[in-house]
Amino acid sequence: MSEQFEPVIVGFLCNWCSYRAADLAGTARIHYAPNMRPIRVMCSGRVDPQFVLKALRDGADGVLIAGCHPGECHYVSGNIKALRRFILLKAMLRQLGIEEDRVQLLWASASEGIFLAERVDKMTEQIRALGPLNWNESVLSGNGHHVAVPVPEEV
Amino acid sequence: MSEKPKLAMYWAASCGGCEISVLNIHEHILTVDSIFDIAFFPCIADFKVHHVENYPDGYIDVCLWNGAIRNSESEHMAHLLRQKSKVLVAYGSCAYEGCIPALSNLTSKAATFNTVYGENHSLDNPNQVVPLTSVDVAEGTLTLPEFYHTVQSLDQVVDVDYYLPGCPPEPPQIWAVLQVVVAGLLEGAPLPPKGSIVGVTNTAVCEECDRVKSEKAIERFYRPYEITPDPEVCLLDQGLVCMGLATRGGCGALCPQVNMGCRGCYGPMPGVEDQGAKMLSAIASVIGAGEPGMEDAELEEKIGAVVDTIVDPAGTFYRFSMAHSLLRRAKVNGNGKG
Repeated sequence: MSEQFEPVIVGFLCNWCSYRAADLAGTARIHYAPNMRPIRVMCSGRVDPQFVLKALRDGADGVLIAGCHPGECHYVSGNIKALRRFILLKAMLRQLGIEEDRVQLLWASASEGIFLAERVDKMTEQIRALGPLNWNESVLSGNGHHVAVPVPEEV
Repeated sequence: MSEKPKLAMYWAASCGGCEISVLNIHEHILTVDSIFDIAFFPCIADFKVHHVENYPDGYIDVCLWNGAIRNSESEHMAHLLRQKSKVLVAYGSCAYEGCIPALSNLTSKAATFNTVYGENHSLDNPNQVVPLTSVDVAEGTLTLPEFYHTVQSLDQVVDVDYYLPGCPPEPPQIWAVLQVVVAGLLEGAPLPPKGSIVGVTNTAVCEECDRVKSEKAIERFYRPYEITPDPEVCLLDQGLVCMGLATRGGCGALCPQVNMGCRGCYGPMPGVEDQGAKMLSAIASVIGAGEPGMEDAELEEKIGAVVDTIVDPAGTFYRFSMAHSLLRRAKVNGNGKG
């Protein structure tokens, strides 16, 4: 019996709403899947598509972007920019053969700790069902070459 | 009299345009000829691979390599010329970042073979003959190079000293780079640091384009044949996908000057790893749909309608840089082998 696959989800959470939702989920001791690794960004509009691609290339099985609800962005419309980018990114990821559930966007306000936890649980199950992405080994190998994962330079 | 420095130029998966671009430096080609001895240049001189194999290591002073790594032969030649060359230049977009050949990374080897040898209106191949790497005939065994699943850039296979982008590189840039190399070889002048991208500017193509640019809010994107663009106004403002804002300059904005959006052949801006992702980001930012007050469903619908007018985002944003992008290829049938 093999062990259950535990997906790695990189979560980009906005400072003003979704990161606080995660914080609330923590302080309220809500139990939810520990698979999402939160990264705090100032705004969901800060998430460069390169971040998403790099996460997927370097070992993540999924990426979650979370921001304030439309109309509630701390920077007025940063989340609308994130949504525009996300919709176009999804169209491109489809061409690159990346399954729909692997990259998701959600809105969670600072009071929606339970909602965020539920969505992380759900996404974890969806990606668990898809299996590992393992881009480096399963997609890029087999040409006779392995792509070395770059070691971050010291600043 | 001391011997002249040795120049080589080789092609792998490419169209041959890079060779022509070298000859396109006009009368300077005579200077190149007077300074260098040609050591290997299949397009214009009759050298064989065994000549190169017999050179001592480092015998070639400058090797201009164009073309992507498509099969085992191009990979073998890359290793051979790296060994025999002091300076190896990834010349042109294919060598630098995969270019058009690497668009096949969006599909599989099987699908590529099917298009080339199988189902295609211009084909008559009833027995479905496809090339094999080895076949036994009465006279012995015949071999062909192995066709790889994934197209790679030159630097994914061997160590590269310099990159000269462009599809093809522009003659004034080629000549400028050759002058630097010649000064280094003949007068001991300092060469650019290894790994430099040469023959480029550090600003975007937009900097070189004199079209009038204004605040953008695009409600529908057009393909080039769908509209006749205004010759004075920024092409992106008019809804034509122009890669200028995510592409390094140095070409002089030649394409936008003739009403064609920048294709992106000079590659990503300095500090950018993935040109396609940056272009995606820029294009998404000028989409003129979606207001903060809208309901979620309406937002997605309005923005989605504009996004749908961008046909083939991956093929457009990665037209030249697929092999050098973060993901490098598409996942097909669960892996990269399809």
